[in-house]
Amino acid sequence: MIEEGKPLFVQIAEEVEDSIIDGSIAEEAQAPSTNELAAFYRINPATAAKGVNMLVDKGVLYKRRGIGMFVSPGARDLLLSERRSLFALRYVQPLLAEARKIGLGPADVADLIRVSAEPTTPTTPTTPTTPPTLEPSDRRTS
Amino acid sequence: MNPVIEVRNLTKRYKDTLALDNVSFDIQKDTIYGFLGRNGAGKTTAMSILTAQNLPTSGQVRVFGENPYENARVLSRMCFVRESQKYPDDATPRHAFASARLFFPRWDQELADELIDEFQLPLKRTIKKLSRGQLSAVGVIIGLASRAEITFFDEPYLGLDAVARQIFYDRLLADYAEHPRTVLLSSHLIDEVSNLIERVLVIDAGRIIMDESTDDAREQATNVVGDAATIERALQGREVIHRESLGRVASITFLGRLDDAERAALTAAGLELAPVSLQQLIVRRTQQRTPHHDALAASDVTQEGVSR
Repeated sequence: MIEEGKPLFVQIAEEVEDSIIDGSIAEEAQAPSTNELAAFYRINPATAAKGVNMLVDKGVLYKRRGIGMFVSPGARDLLLSERRSLFALRYVQPLLAEARKIGLGPADVADLIRVSAEPTTPTTPTTPTTPPTLEPSDRRTS
Repeated sequence: MNPVIEVRNLTKRYKDTLALDNVSFDIQKDTIYGFLGRNGAGKTTAMSILTAQNLPTSGQVRVFGENPYENARVLSRMCFVRESQKYPDDATPRHAFASARLFFPRWDQELADELIDEFQLPLKRTIKKLSRGQLSAVGVIIGLASRAEITFFDEPYLGLDAVARQIFYDRLLADYAEHPRTVLLSSHLIDEVSNLIERVLVIDAGRIIMDESTDDAREQATNVVGDAATIERALQGREVIHRESLGRVASITFLGRLDDAERAALTAAGLELAPVSLQQLIVRRTQQRTPHHDALAASDVTQEGVSR
């Protein structure tokens, strides 16, 4: 759950964002407190607070005095559009880089995505869904 | 920020060993510090001096703005859990907790009782007959239940199994959340404590070599793996702290941040970038200057778990 490479408070903020995106914390519902986050993820409360503050600055959470943090109206749409705009950078580009390394072009990748996305239909097992082009990847001479 | 401890030009010399070499640092209020470094680096010496259990050769220490020496007003607000705390021969854990209760004004008996239960500590056995882990539990319980405004834990986990260590970490976080205070935690299990600590203070051969937020420390170094010649070209001018190679492939750890463009350029050149954990960073930074510093480390470890 917690990985190296991204600041811890950013990861905590993203965990909260994920809960808002998937609907497990509704808009206008109370968000987990700093201390709850700290205990759950076993991290320093100051780090958890930094993550929560980041979400407040972004307009995802707002504070009700004396009660706690709540999810702002419109937070889900805000997060969805942010995540969608980051999607190419975070997921598509690394995918294409790895594909290039093993000799698959964008079209091959697109085909693979289409095949992988197909529901596990009861297709005849005699047509194996092999990746379309394996030959060009085998560029090794000798 | 307001520091609760201020250390200026602190030096401690034992005969021909320089344990602390002119160190200066501040400890901020209500912050959990990781006080890290190799065996013999000076951690215990520094903590002993801060708690007035040892005298400096030169330099100045202020705790809550005052000199801590024979200063009851300051000392009752500090708790030092030593790795090798000595108790009277016939003392039991019950005695140890009773005297702690008298000494620490903010002592919480309820918390102590809960912890005794969780650590399954026998109260009536003499401390001499406790296992190493049980002895550590006595110290951990005193450190937590004293609720002192500054608490020093000097390798508090010796002999504690993984379950007991997790109890300690969880209790420390939970109690800190409700009763914020300053904690200096000295530990060799850096990976285990890296998420608990807000700041790192690293001491190496008697000098402070890192004093920064844990977040900053985590981003301080990057590891890059790939074709050695490509890496050398790409990293020109960077400070390399570790280097390994396997044939033409090199793995190099260097200091300094990369911006998104630099990151993209390195990836496009076929190099793989990986973050460096706090533990790896500290290993790299403390092995540079003291390659043979510590032959005694092994004997310390074998003491673990030995029944006393």
